[in-house]
Amino acid sequence: MGGTPLPDGIKLIDENGKRLDGRRPDELRPLKIEAGVLKRANGSAYLEWGPNKVMAAVYGPRECHPRHMQDPTKALVQCHYNMASFSVDDRKRPGPDRRSQEISKITSEALTHVVFTEFFPKTSIDVYIEVLQASAGTRCAGLTAASVALADAGIPMRDLVASCAAGKIDDTVVLDLGKEEDNFGQADIPVGYIPRNDEIVLLQMDGDLTADQFKTGLNMAIEACKKIYEVQRDALKRKYTLPAGRNGEGAEVN
Amino acid sequence: MAKSVMADLKRDHITKLLSKGMRIDGRKFDEPRPLTVEKDFVQSAEGSARVHLGDTYVVVGVKLMVGQPFADTPNKGVLTTNAELKPLASEAFESGPPDQRSIEVARVIDRGIREGKAVDMEKLCIEPEKEVWIMFVDVHAIDYDGNLFDAGNIAAMAALKSAVVPAKRANKGEDYPLPVSHVPISVTAVKIGEHILVDPTYDEEIVADARLTVTTNEKGDLCAMQKGGSGSFRPEEVLRVVELSRKIGADIRSKI
Repeated sequence: MGGTPLPDGIKLIDENGKRLDGRRPDELRPLKIEAGVLKRANGSAYLEWGPNKVMAAVYGPRECHPRHMQDPTKALVQCHYNMASFSVDDRKRPGPDRRSQEISKITSEALTHVVFTEFFPKTSIDVYIEVLQASAGTRCAGLTAASVALADAGIPMRDLVASCAAGKIDDTVVLDLGKEEDNFGQADIPVGYIPRNDEIVLLQMDGDLTADQFKTGLNMAIEACKKIYEVQRDALKRKYTLPAGRNGEGAEVN
Repeated sequence: MAKSVMADLKRDHITKLLSKGMRIDGRKFDEPRPLTVEKDFVQSAEGSARVHLGDTYVVVGVKLMVGQPFADTPNKGVLTTNAELKPLASEAFESGPPDQRSIEVARVIDRGIREGKAVDMEKLCIEPEKEVWIMFVDVHAIDYDGNLFDAGNIAAMAALKSAVVPAKRANKGEDYPLPVSHVPISVTAVKIGEHILVDPTYDEEIVADARLTVTTNEKGDLCAMQKGGSGSFRPEEVLRVVELSRKIGADIRSKI
């Protein structure tokens, strides 16, 4: 959030209230999720959210290494967020940097809240998030995909976590910042939310917001998470619904 | 792990007290610990401060060096924030390269300084695209009794306010005070059960379900925020911590 003015006076919101990509202030970019796309992983999900392309894979519960990290009472949810070197315009140096370490930490914490970790003592549940193409909002995309992958792995969970960011551009609070909006905007608020319990499990903010603008942005992000949650559920339903006719049309299972 | 047994016992004790409206050290829920700030503690640094927040003790040193600007900000200085959480300060810390915890502490403090526009970075430009001042803010935990986020933020802001740009030494003209234009202050609260506690001690931190740091400026506007821990906050609890941060932040700001 540099708050840097846009080059040659381009506006992020035009006189009709439309954003650079034609969206309204409270409009999400198109979101597609597919569950169970990888063969090796115990669970997986692939997500496309605007230009973002994110893969999430879950391995485990499996024996926790190194041993001293084991918890005899519960599983450890370890998330590894990584951006591919080719996912951004200027090549990113491969390997974990400080930003991705922080994202891995807060994503692990958000997911730990929904997994019944006490069912799998001494184990590790490893969640790998690979950002293949990045265009703002990758931590939210990663968390959204990771919860679907955990469910796909059959890991008992309280609920899915849905995640979305709100932000501020041209002094207006908007939903789901795009790349230019992220670069030239005034604030960003990534939120991870559990609709069923009205709980916030991930929250960050940077930039400049009045208390009222924050409240508006938080509510906007929460409402969007409720929509994203439906897309997540739909992805799982599509994977796990029996195709009609396989056991006889409309056959009932006793 | 013996740690989790101890944590369970502590948790019982702490929650029992909380249900009676008390904290282990007798503070109110919205009461931060006593704060002392001492600037210019280290003479070899361009700016420094040592801060006691209750029994948490941190030293921050600011060093300035001439270097190259980033290509996308050719006329601005560079800010680098680092946190050293070493075994000196607590048995909870291990030696070695920065782990996720110290990276998070450093990045949350950094975000407050950066997004709160604490330092006028354009005044740290010597020659656009060629030479700018690189500002290193190093946060050292000396004694750890919880809430390094706020102790570190307070010490960093005090150190920045005391810092002088060593222009003469680098043959770049006369020395001048570091241009600090805003003082963003972070206030951290934890949630234990249904209770929200400001400025947690170590014991409160290890039994807490979740943590929320909110950084505000002198106008009461928000510049940074970070939730941590595997618990959750309800939306109305987040807004309450925001209000607490604005109120307590103003108090702290007047002391540095």
